[in-house]
Amino acid sequence: MSFFSFGQSAQIDIVLNDAETRKKAEHKTEDGKVDQYFLFYDGDTVSGKVNITLKNPAKRLEHQGIRIEFIGKIELYYDRGNNYEFVSLVKDLAQPGELTQSRTFDFEFTNVEKPYEAYTGQNVKLRYFLRVTVSRRLNDISKEMDIVVHTLSMYPELNSSIKMEVGIEDCLHIEFEYNKSKYHLKDVIVGKIYFLLVRIKIRHMEINIIKREMTGTGTNVYHENDTIAKYEIMDGAPVRGESIPIRLFLAGYEITPTMRGINKKYSVRYYLNLVLIDEEERRYFKQQEITLWRRGDVVRKSMSHQAAIASQRFESSSSDEKALAHAQAKEQ
Amino acid sequence: MADTIADTRRLFSKPQNLNDAYGPPSNFLEIDVSNPETVGVGRTRFTTYDIRLKTNLPIFKLKESRVRRRYSDFQWLRGELERDSKVVVPPLPGKALFRQLPFRGDDGIFDDSFIEERRAGLEQFLNKVAGHPLAQNERCLHMFLQDESVDKTYTPSKIRQA
Repeated sequence: MSFFSFGQSAQIDIVLNDAETRKKAEHKTEDGKVDQYFLFYDGDTVSGKVNITLKNPAKRLEHQGIRIEFIGKIELYYDRGNNYEFVSLVKDLAQPGELTQSRTFDFEFTNVEKPYEAYTGQNVKLRYFLRVTVSRRLNDISKEMDIVVHTLSMYPELNSSIKMEVGIEDCLHIEFEYNKSKYHLKDVIVGKIYFLLVRIKIRHMEINIIKREMTGTGTNVYHENDTIAKYEIMDGAPVRGESIPIRLFLAGYEITPTMRGINKKYSVRYYLNLVLIDEEERRYFKQQEITLWRRGDVVRKSMSHQAAIASQRFESSSSDEKALAHAQAKEQ
Repeated sequence: MADTIADTRRLFSKPQNLNDAYGPPSNFLEIDVSNPETVGVGRTRFTTYDIRLKTNLPIFKLKESRVRRRYSDFQWLRGELERDSKVVVPPLPGKALFRQLPFRGDDGIFDDSFIEERRAGLEQFLNKVAGHPLAQNERCLHMFLQDESVDKTYTPSKIRQA
């Protein structure tokens, strides 16, 4: 920030080399606004040009050096004084001297490690950004450009279903089942609730997705619970032997991958909360953690879209098998 | 060309037994507070109410019961539950001390509309409480609902399945 209105100043612009082709992703800022940023993955090279335009073309710009940094850092909202930079790369663009006219500098950070996903939460923020600094005696001129980083995972080798019997003795016994324990961000939660014993008067049942953000260590630990989704799965009173299906599409909700102990500073975990409400507004609930992960955009060349869905069906009946055979025949 | 079919996957579940589907539900519990009657004379008068219970829950010893209780019995029950169980006990309809003062234009606490209001509040209170799985474990609730009279010198205890 330039507090002196006299003298020379400059405008800094950072332009990426692949600005035309690189995808952008939406990301929420600290004050809740949603913006588009360039999307990078771990190992991607960050390269481009820095344009420094003199505000007053007649005057020279004296400086103590121009440099560009690539920084990945974690900001704890309650502890902004401390700096947790887990990636810090510097490239000098110009030795101390003076600029007589506007100039463009090339830069390249090759195969940069970006180990964590960018995240803006309620008590913590992890961000990656480029920062160009023109050092001067009294005040520096600087410009920052944020980028978004996504971390991708492979399909988990082991992805067992979650199946459990829970209840209150002699009052309510249910068996709940969710088809997987690890879901990707555009996945579908397929499950069911089976009633073994119902001695209370249930009015309805819903399933919630809860996001829990844990920041800090030792004495400064903050827990933020946020109900991301509420989805009613049953309206009315069930009896013994009834099975209520669950089908919850995750793509519509604001979720991130599960993050555990990021740089030992914070965790973001997700839970499915099954809630039954009875006639007197009493709530009975069972929380179960699920792991969310980010899938890369996979292009299926071998299967048609229909066959892909059909092959994931759990319930197999003769009519379904006919549908699968029909879809495969159509493909041929 | 790219026809999307709806993703309607379901997990496999056993078909329901027809007896379970169409038989009486296991959560049947009905409590009625009715038939207010004022007994006694002069300043020692008080009102009692019929408490009728019908249920098929195994935790209740009697599947049908009928007892008479007065407002102070309800207060006793509420006190016992607040102390012994972890239930957040709902409030009772008011004590109406104001109505017990002399020189009123109406019948005070023996006024028909007041008794009706109180009856409805007591019924709501009992249904809320008796349906609570934790309250159902308390001896005091069962004594209140199904024993001939309330023995205030009893030993508080928890009930297991009858």
